[in-house]
Amino acid sequence: MAWSPRAGDLAVVDVAGLDALIMALADASYDVRGPVVRSGAIEPGPLGGVVDLPRGMRDEQAPGRYDLSDTAGGAFFDWSSSARSWKAELFPPEEELWRARQEPGGNVTFLSTPKASRREPLPLAILGLRPCDFAALGVTDRVFAGAAVPDPRYRRRRDTAFMAVVECGSPGGTCFCSSMGTGPGCEGTDAAPDLVLTEIASGTVADHRFLVRVVSDRGAEVMAAVPTRKATEADRSEREAILSRAAARMGRRLVTEGLPELLLANLDHERWSEVARRCLACGNCTSACPTCFCADVRDTTELSGQVVRRRRWASCFDREHSYLHGGAVRASTSSRYRQWMTHKLATWWDQFGQSGCVGCGRCITWCPVGIDITEEAAALRGAALPAGGGAA
Amino acid sequence: MDPALYRVVANRRETSDVSSLTLAPLKAEMAVAPPRHGQFNMLTAFGVGEAAISVSRSSRLSGRDSGQGLHTAGAGSIVHTIRDVGAVTHALCVASAGSLVGVRGPFGQGWGAEDGDWLAEGDVVVVAGGIGLAPLRSVVDDLAGRSTDASGRLRGRLFVIAGAREQAQVIFADDLARWAALGAIVSVTVDVSTPGWTGHVGLVTAQIAPAGIDPGGARALVCGPEIMMRFTAAALEKLGMDPSRIFVSLERNMQCGLGWCGHCQLGPLILCRDGPIVAYGGAVTHLMRERER
Repeated sequence: MAWSPRAGDLAVVDVAGLDALIMALADASYDVRGPVVRSGAIEPGPLGGVVDLPRGMRDEQAPGRYDLSDTAGGAFFDWSSSARSWKAELFPPEEELWRARQEPGGNVTFLSTPKASRREPLPLAILGLRPCDFAALGVTDRVFAGAAVPDPRYRRRRDTAFMAVVECGSPGGTCFCSSMGTGPGCEGTDAAPDLVLTEIASGTVADHRFLVRVVSDRGAEVMAAVPTRKATEADRSEREAILSRAAARMGRRLVTEGLPELLLANLDHERWSEVARRCLACGNCTSACPTCFCADVRDTTELSGQVVRRRRWASCFDREHSYLHGGAVRASTSSRYRQWMTHKLATWWDQFGQSGCVGCGRCITWCPVGIDITEEAAALRGAALPAGGGAA
Repeated sequence: MDPALYRVVANRRETSDVSSLTLAPLKAEMAVAPPRHGQFNMLTAFGVGEAAISVSRSSRLSGRDSGQGLHTAGAGSIVHTIRDVGAVTHALCVASAGSLVGVRGPFGQGWGAEDGDWLAEGDVVVVAGGIGLAPLRSVVDDLAGRSTDASGRLRGRLFVIAGAREQAQVIFADDLARWAALGAIVSVTVDVSTPGWTGHVGLVTAQIAPAGIDPGGARALVCGPEIMMRFTAAALEKLGMDPSRIFVSLERNMQCGLGWCGHCQLGPLILCRDGPIVAYGGAVTHLMRERER
């Protein structure tokens, strides 16, 4: 009888095995998502098999820049981080909270969700999120699931979701997960994934394989349908080598020692007005950030007369975000940039007991003017700006 | 969290732009939990939106019904006092008796006045600016209700210092008079004197030093514009009060009340969760001095 890994085991699958894993997830009635190429970028999308993965694709990320090119290589995960994070999968950009009918007499009746969407959506399986993005889920978990009243919508999606993390062997130019302790490997995080994969694609085509650490029982159940072998000492040391090479190739670095205190002691630093001269307050960073969780709650009356409450992603870079009768509390761009950065790196600790930044680098890549959070932090520290290089 | 349906039992015009809505749950089993003093609810004007509103009285809050008519509104009834400053608060301010509003809550940290016999421990100083008196009214009623002697007089010193732009903007004038009759030391001050006004003119901060507060063991509860709270707290601290016994009610944009939406952050605080009532000492002193702009 073939060996089948249990929780805690380390297995090895080949490319056909990875395909079988994706099938097994679909067979287990998951809505399987993974990184796919879409509009010239790697983005979350539906995954039907390995054929959908961004094989041979390599991204180049720099402040304000993202390029994707086809290297014709065989690796599936030879890129750094997807252009979009997985935030929207668990916390949709717009979501209906309730709907009610207001009758002419003034009576109000809450309506159940329209029939079309009443069918329970399939639970999600995400294969191929990076350790930084998995750590980001640990951050949003504390916000939504860890609140005194947990957000039921987030929690339902999160509790039922299957997570297969793929460790990172190819960090990009804006990455600094090793500074934040969230990557390139996936070890100690708040929440446990179901599977942790490492791609080993350095050898021959026949040798192309994935190390699979089975973390959960759910992970083991799915792996039962996948042809595997036990990992050897050679597999383990190859993984170690991949991760240590990756850690040495981070494009950016953030010195986190004493960082909250440093930021909060420098709220009047002239650097905030300097960065505000470049910042467009566009909110790209907050959209791209996998942990930014702000949302507006808005009521509208539809033409049908129904009243609908929705929540929708919001950004602290919007003037309206801090609106209080009479005007915005944070009226200037410098105050809004300062709010964002001090929240992410300092006051998040007070609010949730951890950093709000996982070092994915998206805020740097997707900033249209290339503002770099690591550079801003270094400037406040008074140190020389970090060498932009270091990227492979 | 869906709002619970409440019916407007009464809408009382307090001033030109402030109204108090007495609300009663449409069905008793839908009622929200009784609030603690200083907690707030999110009120929905259906079709317009939702806003965070102070509870100025509730049938559970007041130690006794001191003739404010809540008994007629029934169990679980609750009074919110609202200033008309935008679309939602306007719709609430003009809600007519019989109409329905939505209620979610109660949210946040209150003053903590339920937890002890404050008037026995020292002076209690209530300082309010404008509509800031709203979340303080139930505390004063509660303290007064629990700490009166056989003759109905207060067993302790309760200072109520209220400020308003002008006489016509003074809210709860009947409550202020009632508290004074119980023996509270009530002082009302206005920014601008109008014909017939014979009281104080000036800022509430100017009323603090002459009041004769004994700072040892005193507690202060302050609610009003942020700048007013900051200078009031500083004046109380200067009298010798322990800053950790000075409580302020902080306000930021609030959209969920549950700590999910991120709007009400003030530095390390998520005000719907950690506030709105916070002790002035320590980090909060610094926060109130730091300009966010």
